[in-house]
Amino acid sequence: MPLYIVRRLLQSLLILFGITVVTFILLYLLPADPVRQIAGRSATAATVESIRHQLGLDLPLYQQYGRYLWGLLHGDLGRSYLQKTDVATLIWSRLPATLLLMVGAIACELALGLTMGLFAALKRGSALDQGLMLISFVGVSAPQFVVGILLLYVFAVQLGWFPIGGYGHFSNLVLPALTLGFLGAGWYSRMMRSSMIDVLRQDYVRTARSKGLSRARVLFGHAVPNAILPIVAMIGIDIGVFMSGIVVVESVFGWPGIGQLAWQAIQRVDIPIIMGVTLISALAIVLGNLLADLVTPLIDPRIKLQ
Amino acid sequence: MYRHLMTGVAVAALLLGATGAFADQPKQGGSMIVTYKDDVSTLDPAIGYDWQNWSMIKSLYSRLMDYKPGTTELTPDLAESYSISSDGLTYTFKLRQGVKFHNGRVMTADDVAYSYNRAVDPKTQSPGQGFFKAIAGYDDMAAGKATSLSGVKVIDPNTIAITLSKPDATFLQVVALNFASVVAKEDVAQYGADYGHHPDGTGAFYVDHWTLGQELEFKRNPDYYVKGTPYLDEIDFKIGAEPLTALLQLQKGQVDILGDGIPPAKFLEVMNDPEQKKLVVQGAQLETSYLTMKTTMKPFDNVKVRQAVNMAINKDRIIKIINGRAVPATQPLPPGMPGYDKDFKGYAYDPAKAQELLKEANYDTSQSFDLYVYNTDPNPRIAQAIQQDLAAVGMKANIKSLDQANIIAAGGEPDQAPMIWSGGMGWIADFPDPSDFYGPILGCSSAVKGGWNWALYCNKTVEAEAAKADAMVAPDQQQARADLWKKIFTVDIMADAPWAPVFHEERYTMHTARIAGADNLFVDPVHIPVNYNAVYATDAQ
Amino acid sequence: MTALEAGSAAPLSVWARLLRRPLAVAGLVVIVVTVLAAVLAPWITPYPPDQQFFDGLTIEGAPLPPNGQYLFGTDLLGRDLLSRLVFGAQTSLLIGVVANGIAVLIGATIGILAGYFRGFIGAVLMRFTDLMMAFPALLLAIVLAATFKPSLWIVALVIAMVNWVQIARVIFTETRSLAERDFVVAERSLGAGSGRILTRHILPHLVPTLLVYSTLGISTTVLLEATLSYLGVGVQPPTPSWGNIIFENQTYFSSAPWLVFIPGVAIIVLALAFNLVGDALRDVLDPTQQGHH
Repeated sequence: MPLYIVRRLLQSLLILFGITVVTFILLYLLPADPVRQIAGRSATAATVESIRHQLGLDLPLYQQYGRYLWGLLHGDLGRSYLQKTDVATLIWSRLPATLLLMVGAIACELALGLTMGLFAALKRGSALDQGLMLISFVGVSAPQFVVGILLLYVFAVQLGWFPIGGYGHFSNLVLPALTLGFLGAGWYSRMMRSSMIDVLRQDYVRTARSKGLSRARVLFGHAVPNAILPIVAMIGIDIGVFMSGIVVVESVFGWPGIGQLAWQAIQRVDIPIIMGVTLISALAIVLGNLLADLVTPLIDPRIKLQ
Repeated sequence: MYRHLMTGVAVAALLLGATGAFADQPKQGGSMIVTYKDDVSTLDPAIGYDWQNWSMIKSLYSRLMDYKPGTTELTPDLAESYSISSDGLTYTFKLRQGVKFHNGRVMTADDVAYSYNRAVDPKTQSPGQGFFKAIAGYDDMAAGKATSLSGVKVIDPNTIAITLSKPDATFLQVVALNFASVVAKEDVAQYGADYGHHPDGTGAFYVDHWTLGQELEFKRNPDYYVKGTPYLDEIDFKIGAEPLTALLQLQKGQVDILGDGIPPAKFLEVMNDPEQKKLVVQGAQLETSYLTMKTTMKPFDNVKVRQAVNMAINKDRIIKIINGRAVPATQPLPPGMPGYDKDFKGYAYDPAKAQELLKEANYDTSQSFDLYVYNTDPNPRIAQAIQQDLAAVGMKANIKSLDQANIIAAGGEPDQAPMIWSGGMGWIADFPDPSDFYGPILGCSSAVKGGWNWALYCNKTVEAEAAKADAMVAPDQQQARADLWKKIFTVDIMADAPWAPVFHEERYTMHTARIAGADNLFVDPVHIPVNYNAVYATDAQ
Repeated sequence: MTALEAGSAAPLSVWARLLRRPLAVAGLVVIVVTVLAAVLAPWITPYPPDQQFFDGLTIEGAPLPPNGQYLFGTDLLGRDLLSRLVFGAQTSLLIGVVANGIAVLIGATIGILAGYFRGFIGAVLMRFTDLMMAFPALLLAIVLAATFKPSLWIVALVIAMVNWVQIARVIFTETRSLAERDFVVAERSLGAGSGRILTRHILPHLVPTLLVYSTLGISTTVLLEATLSYLGVGVQPPTPSWGNIIFENQTYFSSAPWLVFIPGVAIIVLALAFNLVGDALRDVLDPTQQGHH
């Protein structure tokens, strides 16, 4: 097992390295000239070239990449052309907000998804089952952008139960977390339902009932814990899905996380920030996948680790 | 300077709105909350060049000359007085005594010289470097051959003389630019590249604290040399506020000024509500939004085609689409700019005449061209309205809606972007002088690859006239100078029609009743959103 | 032979079983209506989608809410929303189906190969998948926007690049566990070739999942197309697509809600329809699988 972890970690490093190369090349291909943006419109050609030289942007591509990599190893993610701040500082200051949002979303999707799935399984075939599954379908089908604006409009603008976007209070977290988690809730409720149905059919459940254990105890002591396992294994993958979701959700609600930062940077073609955020998100995804891959075999012993 | 369509940096304009009298006497004290969506990038005066930090820097730092609040009139500021030599080349400024930096040290002429040299030093990478090119010794320093400007001389601790290489009527305006603000060298040395986040000047306010992404707080400078101002004790900038949320907060009285302006989606709602309309001040801006046509590319290499475009556009309909927040434009210069001709009719909306011109030019109606537009609302909509107008006279435009950086890159290429809608990236003068509306965007020297003259327009006769106008330095020549510029823009340039001017945006500033001041302070041509030094709080104790 | 093979050998009964499920029927109806509307758009819309009507706006320039003349109201340029919606179905359907189709093809291939062959190939493929998951697709979009003429094919390509990863991962996990099942091990020990095992034993079990996944990504695809159009790839104004109608009017959701919610509901309903049909198909094709994955 430890050998497997080490191997996966090394592979992950390789992936991150690959991402930096790909991103760097893509940004290099952009016709937009960052130096022109920094130099401003009144700059003479001489000024522009001088700035270009100072930033090292007149060096060959591989040298520029080498410098960037060297900086990375020292924790320096470069400096934003437009915001005149270190990228690392910008990301660091916004990371807590995004982490908070992700935790909130995971809480929402587990709470909603597991509950819906449980009741659907228990009342299998009934109208409740069908209704809950329809809701979960909507969750999976609805674009997060639309869900976000809908929730904002109904609960914040019209009913006034929640603030309209913003950050700082628990009440600010509710709507964005719901929006981000609604998709996962849809997934999880269906997974939970089929997982529960599976588990309830198992022999050990019938054995437990025949031993005289109460329904509740069988349910919560044996069935549910077993049913939840495959779902928990998927949480790691969620992180990857979230990474694209936060760009949308943070922009709709004005949540000051790295998703908002990424979207602004993409719109303004602020290259250092784009690189920095891409890296961080790649890191999160890679770690999330690793986590999921490590947990899954623990749950299904038939799958051997390689 | 760039700015977004519905808010912006006006540089100089007379007001079209009313200038009200003070409701009551300004009181000292109180605070004000201003909301912004985006983080403030830098407060380093040599670097800061966006509409958000422009006025903040004005309040943190001082310059030799400045503008009277609410107007475009220049007046000595850090300088007590100044004189110009008879050949128009040397400006001598006598500085005020006892002006202190926020760190406590007294400012001297050495600091002024340091600041100017710093702005021109290539190592600073200042976007405003080119503005100082009139100063003697600029070329050597910009090329790296000298470490200071030969034309800047410290006479004594309170006197500084600046010599130009040739007479320049716009020089005093340059002196009032943010890039010419006075900075303290020891702070620059201490913070290095991070100086932009630790500003220190001689202005009316100083930075008390700055939490990136959340809040920036200004506090009144008790040692400010203009006694009695600023009135406010504190200004709080709340960052990360979506315009819609900010509006709701203002309606509840939780914030005072909308830094990003009234969100376009709510504009009509606000203006149709008498209670809210009272809180809005309307004013003109020194801004023009226009279509550029690349004079070196088909089909715009034919002047008749360009003139046809001018006649094909229904400006009133476009202004209606933006809820009436602009006035139609007949010429490149905006109203209020010296040289603006209010009687000039320009090209009237006449699709029939436009089609005639196209026929004369043998315009091939089967061809199509790209119309580049910045993808931020409402610019794609305006571009689509223009597209429909052009289609009505037989011109097929394909819209390319892109981010700003890519448009700027394409605009500077001789074979790309034949037509660009300037909205969102429109030209706003850096200072209230017609020369700034010519050189960088219509002059021959900027009609190069990578330049901002996206029409690649170069008319040698016009260029000579422009040079003549800028050589008219003497005060008694100013009217003649304005008249010459008037002719250049309305007669010469409009005849060549490298642009189709469409409208001049109006500015609307919304504030709570708690913050008061003359109307022109809320649409101050030089300060966006408001003149921080001159507004006051009615509830100050 | 398994119940699965018995079921799929009789396509007629698949249809019959499908049509007995009311939700699936509802989904099918929605899909058929949308496709018909998209195809017949030029003939059935009350107005041309691009025409900006002078009386489509109030005097102050505000859009009109749904009324007698414009059934779904008008947009910010005075264009009829209903007509734009119908024409927009063309773009959205095309992108949804094509992009997802490509994504499923790529994802399934990679997932199956990685999950069955394991070893070095499997590891390489899965790490490649991880790489692509972290790939900055939006960035690629900007580069493409600046380099090429906008076209729907670029959009489809970028979207497919984003969506195949999830499918690959899931298929990989399923294939992996299927490959370890007793009957597969038995077949292998009997000397059956990989090709035979893959096509006769593994693939059929994957069909339900593949079906579900090909329908699942549609709503994200539609919105992703809007984002890409905004960045300059794909359809340019004035061509409508459901996604870009929402995108360009997003800030007006409180003053002109019909501009955001009508297309939004349209997307949700269409995506829901696809998902319901996909889900029902999965159930119908493999009744023994009910309760698994």
